[in-house]
Amino acid sequence: MEWLFFALFALTALVGSVGVVLSKNAVHSALFLLLNFVAIALLYILLQAQFLAMAQILVYAGAIVVLFIFVVMLIGNDTIDDFVARERPILRWISLLLVVVFVAGVVYVSWVLPNQQIKGVPGYGSVESIGHILFTRYLLPFELASVILLAAMIGAIILAAKTKPPVGRPED
Amino acid sequence: MVPTGYYLVLAAVIFGIGALGVLVRRNALIIFMCIEMMMNAVNLTLVALARHFGTLDGQVFVFLVMAIAAAEVAIGLGIVVGLVRHRDTTNVDRINLLRW
Amino acid sequence: MIVEYAWLLLAFPVLGLTLNLIFGARWGKKTTGIVASGAVLGSFLVALGLFLHLNGLPEEERTIEQVLWSWITIDQFHVDIGLLIDPLSVFMALVVTGVGFLIHVYSMGYMWAPHEKGEEEAMGDIPRFVRYFVYLNLFILMMLTLVMANDFVQMFIGWEGVGLASYLLIGFWFFKPSAADAGKKAFLVNRVGDVGFILAMLFIFRLSGRLNFLDLFRPENVQALQVGATTIGLLLLLAATGKSAQIPLYVWLPDAMEGPTPVSALIHAATMVTAGVYMIARTSPLYALTPTAMTWVATIGALTAFFAATIALAQTDLKRILAYSTISQLGYMFLGVGTGAYVAGIFHLYTHAFFKALLFLGAGSVMHALHGELDIRKMGGLKEKLPTTYKTFLVGAAALAGFPLLSGFFSKDEILLAAWQRSPILWLIGIVTAFMTATYSFRAVFVPFWGKPRNHKLYEHAHESPPVMTVPLIILAIGAAFGGVIGLPKASWLHHWLMPVFEHVMHESEPGALMWGLMTVSALVALGGIYFAYELFVVNPDRVLRIRRALGPVDTLVQHRYYVDELYMTLVVNPLKALADWLAYVFDQRGIDGLVNGVAWVTGWIGQQVRRVQTGRVGTYAFTLFVGVVILVVYFVLVGG
Repeated sequence: MEWLFFALFALTALVGSVGVVLSKNAVHSALFLLLNFVAIALLYILLQAQFLAMAQILVYAGAIVVLFIFVVMLIGNDTIDDFVARERPILRWISLLLVVVFVAGVVYVSWVLPNQQIKGVPGYGSVESIGHILFTRYLLPFELASVILLAAMIGAIILAAKTKPPVGRPED
Repeated sequence: MVPTGYYLVLAAVIFGIGALGVLVRRNALIIFMCIEMMMNAVNLTLVALARHFGTLDGQVFVFLVMAIAAAEVAIGLGIVVGLVRHRDTTNVDRINLLRW
Repeated sequence: MIVEYAWLLLAFPVLGLTLNLIFGARWGKKTTGIVASGAVLGSFLVALGLFLHLNGLPEEERTIEQVLWSWITIDQFHVDIGLLIDPLSVFMALVVTGVGFLIHVYSMGYMWAPHEKGEEEAMGDIPRFVRYFVYLNLFILMMLTLVMANDFVQMFIGWEGVGLASYLLIGFWFFKPSAADAGKKAFLVNRVGDVGFILAMLFIFRLSGRLNFLDLFRPENVQALQVGATTIGLLLLLAATGKSAQIPLYVWLPDAMEGPTPVSALIHAATMVTAGVYMIARTSPLYALTPTAMTWVATIGALTAFFAATIALAQTDLKRILAYSTISQLGYMFLGVGTGAYVAGIFHLYTHAFFKALLFLGAGSVMHALHGELDIRKMGGLKEKLPTTYKTFLVGAAALAGFPLLSGFFSKDEILLAAWQRSPILWLIGIVTAFMTATYSFRAVFVPFWGKPRNHKLYEHAHESPPVMTVPLIILAIGAAFGGVIGLPKASWLHHWLMPVFEHVMHESEPGALMWGLMTVSALVALGGIYFAYELFVVNPDRVLRIRRALGPVDTLVQHRYYVDELYMTLVVNPLKALADWLAYVFDQRGIDGLVNGVAWVTGWIGQQVRRVQTGRVGTYAFTLFVGVVILVVYFVLVGG
């Protein structure tokens, strides 16, 4: 059974990622991205990371993708000259080659990992256990993360406040 | 149980597709999306390996990564908006003021 | 004891030149001259004291080495600065300081106002006047260093030092291109000879490990040099030909006449040019080991004497006649020492110092009278206008010619006797040269001083020189006339005096009747030459033209001094100049500068290429990053980190 779910979710994720790369329309790309994120969240559940799966949905699918769509709507729906410039078509193939080599390398190494005795730790991946470890062992990173979020928030506000008029357009 | 290797391979493939997207696409936002996708693939790797070794550290790592990623996207998109408005194009090839 | 104060010999000139250098400009011309002359006088008195001291000692003890301080000590190489006080060096010191003093005094009058053509502006100038006397004192210092040296190294210091002083003084009127060139020529030609000196020193040290004269020339030590004696002898001869203007390195001496006339008298007649002869005499124990080298010395001397005399016959510039005459007479000295007659050579050195200095100073007096004119074809009838100059000049010329019973007669004759004993051919060359010597000397008397003036404007303004110039002339004339008394045949005081120095290398011989016979021949030849000159230049001057026409191409050859300067120019100077030009403009400017600039250019070019990496496009950077990642992955997969 698990295999079936894995295959299904994996396929979905792949479809999503390919879709992001190949879409001509930026909004479509964002939606494909959403698909990808959700599929990965489901995979997290298979991996006994329930809390993370929820976090993934909330943060990635819920916030980040929304942000992307906002911005795309705001500015970014050009499709002209979108792929690698026409005068250098060879670069597309070189990039593909590089990626293939890369993936082949990683696959080669990882395929052999044995499926050892995966300990079934009770409560593994639950909110409780993650919360416990987060507030004891990883307290400092946790606090630092909150500081970073604060900084990001301030930064975003500043960036949003100081938008310069675009080149060529008269001041309001 | 699905062997851990499968998850790792899947993550690698998603990462590779994301890398391809970064290299090939020219729209700044799409490139950004692909970068997020690559980060996700890495998260997947971490979670799979955390389960493989039976510790929770990998999951905590991913949690923090998510937090940072959110912050990063916020700021990054702010910058991209400013940049695109200034140069009036989303094509990253046109944003080359720092060339020689 | 005077010996403890021997260092004053060198200290006086140092004092003189330092004081004048610092205070000369403030003191003015008269005081400067007095200080400089006084310094030389001081040295003369010290030399005299040393002479008297040595005279009072028994003969065997007349060699004293006075070490002043230890200079270099590296392992076995040890050089001291010191004075070798022996009959030869003291005799030389007396000649140098004595004649030097007279010339210093003469210079005070000569340099007071401009005389040579074109130096009017500069000479009234006090700093230049002071500079002249500083250089003169420097010269005396260096010459004494050379003469009193106790080893080869110190002698070389003096050797180079006199070369320097010579350069400075020849080129004294440096704003005249011909003078500046002459100074350079003198120094460079001398340098060639100096190579011989240095190589010889190296060989000597290599073979024997010693450079000190007293040490090296002990019979047991000097044997070590036997293997390389001929080579060393020839190398030293090379050096001597440079300093003493023999073939092949004599070419600088005629040009050196560009310098002030007292300089010509002192340096290029009486003292510096005799350094070569002195050096050969000093190293006589070495030459005793190599008859081959000695033959070379004698032959070069004889040939040079002949060769230079022929050129002197054709010169029209009064100082040039005297210059070639000096070269010729130096040849006689070389002939003397080359045949083993060291005393004869030194004797002629001494007499020559007197009469040649006299002749040069006399020429200076003539120039003073005629505002720098030197062409004898523009002179004439000066004996009425310049009586003292004329009379002293006549004495000098007669001594040079070898007029019987004057000093030159005895010294030249002693050399000719030794020449005959060595080889009649050498004697023959010598005697023919003597004939020519008499002829050209009296040409220099008859043409300027006798007959009718050839240029009336010059003649009108001519006037006798002041006493500060004529008194030295008189003193020198007395020496030139009666100086021979120290070397009379069969009763030669000089011979006796110098014997301790040369006893190992000279052989006493009793020639007897041969000697008187040769002496008579010499006397006749001298008188004959004078008469010949009289016939040619007083009685019937047209004969000269007829003879010259008859000689045809030979005449042209001699007129142009055998084209030796031109030959050197083509063979040596021009190729070197071409090489220098090539090195400077092609190799250095294009090659080396090109290389250096090329490095800069390449750096720039690399920069130009590398800057293209900065495309400013993020895509390019990402691409590069990813390539790096892939390489790492491949590496770890294949090699396994």
